[in-house]
Amino acid sequence: MIQHTQSASQTAADISPEVFSKLEAIIARYQDQPGALMPVLQEAQDLLGYLPVAVQERIAAGLNIPGSEVFGTMSFYSMYAWAPKGKYIIRMCESPPCHVNGSENILQVLKEELGVGVGETTTDGLFTLELTACLGVCEVAPAMQINEVVFGNLTRDKVKQVLSDYRAGKAVDYRALPYTTNDFRKYKQSPQELVVLDNVGGIDPMKIDDYLAKGGYSALKKAVTSMTPEAVVEEVKTSGLRGRGGAGFPCGVKWSFTRPLTATPKYIVCNADEGEPGTIKDRYIMEGDPHKVLEGMAIAGFAVGASKGFIYVRGEYYLSKYRLQNAIDQAKAKGYLGDKLFGTDFSFDIEVRSGFGSYVCGEETALIESIEGHRGYPRAKPPFPGVEGLWHQPTVVNNVETLASVPAIINRGGEWYKSLGTENTTGTKIYQIIGHVKTPQIVEVPVGITLRELIDTYGGGLREGSTFKMCQTGGASAGLVTADALDIPMDLASLAQVGGALGSGTMLVMDESVCVVDFMRSVAKFFAHESCGQCTPCREGTPRILETLSRICQGQGQVGDLDFLERLAGTMVDASFCPLGQTAPGPLMSALKLFRPEFEEHIKERKCRAGVCRFA
Amino acid sequence: MPNSTLSINGETVEFTPGQTILEAARGAGIDIPTLCYLKGTTPTGSCRICVVEVEGARTLLPACSTAAAAGMVVQTESERVVAARKMVIELMLASGNHNCLICEANGECELQALAYRYQVSTPIFANPPDTQYYYEDNNTMIVRDFSKCIMCGRCVRACCERQVNLAIDIGYRGSHNKIVARGDYPYSDSDCVFCGECVQACPVGALLDKAARFQGRVWERTKVRSTCPYCGVGCQIDLHVKGGRIVKVTGADAIPNEGRLCVKGRFGWGFVHHPDRLTTPLIKENGKFREASWDEALDLTARRLREIKDKDGADKIGGWCSARVTNEENYLFQKFMRAVIGTNHVDHCARL
Repeated sequence: MIQHTQSASQTAADISPEVFSKLEAIIARYQDQPGALMPVLQEAQDLLGYLPVAVQERIAAGLNIPGSEVFGTMSFYSMYAWAPKGKYIIRMCESPPCHVNGSENILQVLKEELGVGVGETTTDGLFTLELTACLGVCEVAPAMQINEVVFGNLTRDKVKQVLSDYRAGKAVDYRALPYTTNDFRKYKQSPQELVVLDNVGGIDPMKIDDYLAKGGYSALKKAVTSMTPEAVVEEVKTSGLRGRGGAGFPCGVKWSFTRPLTATPKYIVCNADEGEPGTIKDRYIMEGDPHKVLEGMAIAGFAVGASKGFIYVRGEYYLSKYRLQNAIDQAKAKGYLGDKLFGTDFSFDIEVRSGFGSYVCGEETALIESIEGHRGYPRAKPPFPGVEGLWHQPTVVNNVETLASVPAIINRGGEWYKSLGTENTTGTKIYQIIGHVKTPQIVEVPVGITLRELIDTYGGGLREGSTFKMCQTGGASAGLVTADALDIPMDLASLAQVGGALGSGTMLVMDESVCVVDFMRSVAKFFAHESCGQCTPCREGTPRILETLSRICQGQGQVGDLDFLERLAGTMVDASFCPLGQTAPGPLMSALKLFRPEFEEHIKERKCRAGVCRFA
Repeated sequence: MPNSTLSINGETVEFTPGQTILEAARGAGIDIPTLCYLKGTTPTGSCRICVVEVEGARTLLPACSTAAAAGMVVQTESERVVAARKMVIELMLASGNHNCLICEANGECELQALAYRYQVSTPIFANPPDTQYYYEDNNTMIVRDFSKCIMCGRCVRACCERQVNLAIDIGYRGSHNKIVARGDYPYSDSDCVFCGECVQACPVGALLDKAARFQGRVWERTKVRSTCPYCGVGCQIDLHVKGGRIVKVTGADAIPNEGRLCVKGRFGWGFVHHPDRLTTPLIKENGKFREASWDEALDLTARRLREIKDKDGADKIGGWCSARVTNEENYLFQKFMRAVIGTNHVDHCARL
């Protein structure tokens, strides 16, 4: 037993009066706004680098929130700190896509170069080394983030170079970068017309005039000045547009639930918490064409009768947040957002809210809780957010790509959009091809491309000398497919039929160098890290899966382990509170179905056919 | 409001719209086990012990937080339900140090009872014996043993919804979840007022009444209903008595307190068996107290009051009564001061 004490306490006297007066100013700015806690904590952390107890207490008093709740909320999110850290925080990504690209080796390099372990700070106070569950930059895996800046395609030499640059005072300003990872225009493009990404790389995302020159905000004007809200909902219904966040719920149908409700105010929430490992698409839209997202949100607001929108961006997407805020400011100045748009009675305002390191906040009700300033605990459904969401008001939550598809639908008609894609899933989709391909990238094509075409045409084929083993479809929570699925046109229905999922449209391709047990360990690590802990099956189940798989990978598997995993997975699917716990064991169940002999070899013969697992 | 019906285990059960499946079932005498459920507070549906099978639902649903609906067909002990409950119990047992031998909760632990009911023994995958847990006993009233905590959150709702002290919350994330006070300090350095409501709400042995530790098992104690002697509210209390001595005090689920107590009512009973407690009147003579009989003491008091009144007048006497006695006794006291002594100098300490 360890005596329970507070280790990182700090008294008010340790913080200068100047800092405290700045803190007071931050609190005063947000004091009367609902959901102030997250932005206040974030700005306070920017100010001090961390949030000592004295600051927590001041915030608690200033916002009239119990001190226990302030700590309870901040300690839920990975990116808050309540103990001092180095000047630069290095977050090494250990998500499954980075894992299969050797993130563990890079972590070793970082430890050697810095001379510290994970969670430690170098003696010069310059670097703190941390692990992160996912950065959302899988096209450049393995990757790390130093404060706001991402460094990808890491090798030993590149790590050394970056560290020496930082030591020499050559830190990078993320706001000056053209993009976080790669130039979209350098990717292999589809011969078909782009609907969502048409402007990305072609306009200056910091200039609203560039967007206007491409016909920007014409769809909003059309909707607001020449259509009824009901007609807008109908048009989106006609288009067949289904949610691009992963679940695929028909967008127009969702709007039609909220439209007739008389409760006000109503809200539009754009889910930009792109946290599903392998999913990188929304970042390209937000960084490259932020106004399109805002326009989609405003149209959604007009359609359902909302006058306020929130865009909740994952904490790690600094450039996205920066460009969205700039776009909002410009749109307000030019009258495309704000009061009485286009001379009508319709007003719409948008606020950027930042996540701070929590995957579950991509689940719509957890996201709503987070905007409200709470721990990201999913709510029970029903009631659905469309009826009772943000501050218990009707709230439409849509993904970035979904909303960015809306302006084109309004301008060109639902029928036109419906003519693209498949019968089950209309329109275009941004697919992401990552993993063991020569050129990991994103591509927007009409729904229905095959995995083979995605790999060969856009991924440049498998990397040299390797053969296809499996692909994790749709994100970390979805199933695996083998070569049998290479020629299936990928839409929501077809992938589900073969045990995969279109999900967010990401395809993590893995060659024979990957050990399926080791890969599943990485997936399990992700979910154990990201489980919110609200319900027992997920809170206690996810670490048990990780622990059992880790044992198997170390040659300490036991007969009965696989049966236990299946039994545990069954309960998690059946009895977990939210989709995270219900889907977390999905990939494992899929792997056990497709690759059971590999698991058994590890347990019974202490053999890893891929040569990845090292048995003591 | 008209009643509707649903089917539970093949039985037709009436419910009032707005009721949950759990409330409907309990109303009909059907037992659905619960753990995180705490009467009178918001159901969170988090422990997943009360999951039931509802026809047409994709997953099992928590009875405590799912609204009953007309025509619903519910199974509360189906194979699927029992399998899930067993696994949830296994996971809880594996999540800490659930060794019942010297646990204070033994015999009244709800997790232990569930393990017995569903025949679950400590699973082989339990945390290794050398796993380190936090333990907090740096105050005189409450012990927090984090090795026994199953994160049901009942203490948080007891604190925030029943007492509205807002001193604790759930902190951290996932399997690192932990009940936290301000800054994750110990109770003694937090906003905690030591009402002990959390201790009473804890279904296991994670929150303990410090004075009661090792003073007697639940089956060795008898409960005696009493009224808290401290203030005029008249909270109903249960004295847990072993061998003629109080072991601990809990709030009784009765009017007016409905289980709640304050720090004094719950923890302030040490005077009962205290060696310094006065058991006879004392009369001070030559600067020293000596024991006296009630008759002697009352005679002395009456005589002295009369002497003062005769010599200096009734207004030289003042009377001060206590909040610890009843309204009726306070009434009698002021009547005595006014009618017998003859003064209006009478007050009452409503502040304890």
